[in-house]
Amino acid sequence: MEVYIAGKGIISAIGLNVEETLQSLKAGKSGIGTQTNLTGRRDSNLPTGEIALSNAELASMAGLSADYSRTALLSMIAAKDALADADINIKGLKCGFISATTVGGMDKTEKFMASFIRDGEVKDIGRILYHDSGAITELVAEALGIKHFVSTISTACSSSANAIMYASRLIKTGVLDMAIAGGTDAMSLFTLSGFNALMILDENYCTPYDDNRKGLNLGEGAGYVVLVSEKVAGKLSKAPAVKLTGYANANDAFHQTASSPEGKGNYLAMQGALKMSGLEISAIDYINLHGTGTANNDLSEGMAIQRIFGERVPKSSSTKAFTGHTLGACGGIEAIFSMMAIEQKMIFPNLRLKTPMKELGFVPVTELMEGVEVKNVLSNSFGFGGNCSSLIFSKVN
Amino acid sequence: MYNNSLFFEMPDAEPVVFFNDIYKALNINYPKFFKMDNLCKVVFLAVEVLLKDVSLRDKYKPEETGIVFSNANSSLDTDIRYFQSSLEAPSPALFVYTLPNVAIGELCIRHGIKGETACFVFDIFDALFQAWYADTLLETCGIKACISGWADFYDGKFEAFFYLVETGSDNLSIKHNSENIDKLYNQVWKN
Amino acid sequence: MATLKKEIFEQLNLQHVKPEDIAYDQPLFVEGLGLDSIDALELIVLLQQKYGIKLANPAEGPKIFYSIKTMAEYITAHKKQ
Repeated sequence: MEVYIAGKGIISAIGLNVEETLQSLKAGKSGIGTQTNLTGRRDSNLPTGEIALSNAELASMAGLSADYSRTALLSMIAAKDALADADINIKGLKCGFISATTVGGMDKTEKFMASFIRDGEVKDIGRILYHDSGAITELVAEALGIKHFVSTISTACSSSANAIMYASRLIKTGVLDMAIAGGTDAMSLFTLSGFNALMILDENYCTPYDDNRKGLNLGEGAGYVVLVSEKVAGKLSKAPAVKLTGYANANDAFHQTASSPEGKGNYLAMQGALKMSGLEISAIDYINLHGTGTANNDLSEGMAIQRIFGERVPKSSSTKAFTGHTLGACGGIEAIFSMMAIEQKMIFPNLRLKTPMKELGFVPVTELMEGVEVKNVLSNSFGFGGNCSSLIFSKVN
Repeated sequence: MYNNSLFFEMPDAEPVVFFNDIYKALNINYPKFFKMDNLCKVVFLAVEVLLKDVSLRDKYKPEETGIVFSNANSSLDTDIRYFQSSLEAPSPALFVYTLPNVAIGELCIRHGIKGETACFVFDIFDALFQAWYADTLLETCGIKACISGWADFYDGKFEAFFYLVETGSDNLSIKHNSENIDKLYNQVWKN
Repeated sequence: MATLKKEIFEQLNLQHVKPEDIAYDQPLFVEGLGLDSIDALELIVLLQQKYGIKLANPAEGPKIFYSIKTMAEYITAHKKQ
């Protein structure tokens, strides 16, 4: 039984919706810049892929209270859009909401905690009611009217890819008829200072897969897809153009936050996804790389790709040079970029790549390619804790 | 508790002391243990006890073992500690543990596990879900052994419940389904 | 150097070895002690917090943190007066 994708919704530094996002990708317009929302701390001058809207503005778009965590607001905007895009009436269908996040309601909590720790002040305790990752998911599920099945995944940067995998399994085993799956993460000082302490941030705009890359830029956003069973797909007003044909997850078992030099976990995830899809390696037209821009990830991922594809590595690019690394949301956001590549017959560029990596025999695409037949896309999302996931999206004939 | 009998006990001990003493009692030599945060230690020790009579490395290939893990408080205990450190000097060693799935990562490093691993956040232990997920891994992902469990650490209180599901069976094993899992889980807390 | 050794033990929360067991010129990042790249980052934080030295390039780490002695020499050379 195949699983089809009926709709998509996205918000990130390069666009507030699918249309704006596509325009930015086509124009090569990156969303990375200096921050406006998080200020007053030593880390706050680092470039990030921030969405240039305040919480009040996001709340208005989401139709939720501005008191809610930014993570929830972003989630609602993207999930709502995905559902609208699918044009389905969920009544009578077994519908699930599978959402992923790494930061949960931390943006609100860190504001609360600062005054709590310093002065023992218990002001505005309502702020932290939605701190839990699970609480964010439930808030949005309720707003969307989804009660049947709600679940939260938290596996670092592979979280939303795993949410999509999990949703697909639930549909294939008949537990659900459809699911909105993906992830969300908002910028927080907690995350920024943590990544800075690990010394994997670039002080300038990140350069994934460049030989002189210095690290990643953090980003924020949300991306959800609506997955449906074959039966539901047949009844839709808009026939799905893309299906999910392969996926796999594996553990690198090397270090809590770094990948093994040869990218063993990466390799197992990609190989597993290919095996499930039944596709030959020559059938993959585009790889949306995890490509964070750290010395470690890009090398490990590149080595693993070469091991699988040999001399004939497909066209590839890291779109994190556009959006920054959106952590828990990147699997969902990049699933949408993968779909767009298929639907629009395009390959998006890997921005700011000047010097190819000397260890690798392939170079990601640096200019937008149009009018290209893209039938199968491999999308990688590799997270801390060695959690590696790969998804394969294919064009519906 | 191990297989329904008491393995180790230390009433009213501080978590740190309790963990260190189990570590010694198990005769493990794994210095990385001391760097782990509380949630990781709970998970690590519970699985050490679970696997004390089994060698996964001998029985299965790395890609043939998987892990399903769920908990309620995610990495909240460490999140708070990290946050406090971040006010003065953000600690990378603490930040590394501000994700619940790093506990799984530690297990994978320790036991050489490279199969699928998953981490979910739920309010309470859901036997139906855990059983279904582990079954899915065993039936569709080439996984032959799955460590499945629930563990939490928050506010000085902790709990862990782990079990090993394998495709093969011996005369000591019980059938893997959600009723049996639910029974086992509730049995533990009754004692 | 005795103070530095104490500070290192505190920063890295070393519980499986005793200070007496580590000589001042003993290599730190080898098998046995179990120190890794995250510990190196913590030592960078230590340099910053206790001695006001900012290490912008982690690649210099292996040389500086080779042993307690090399760390002490680096600190003496770069400490903010």
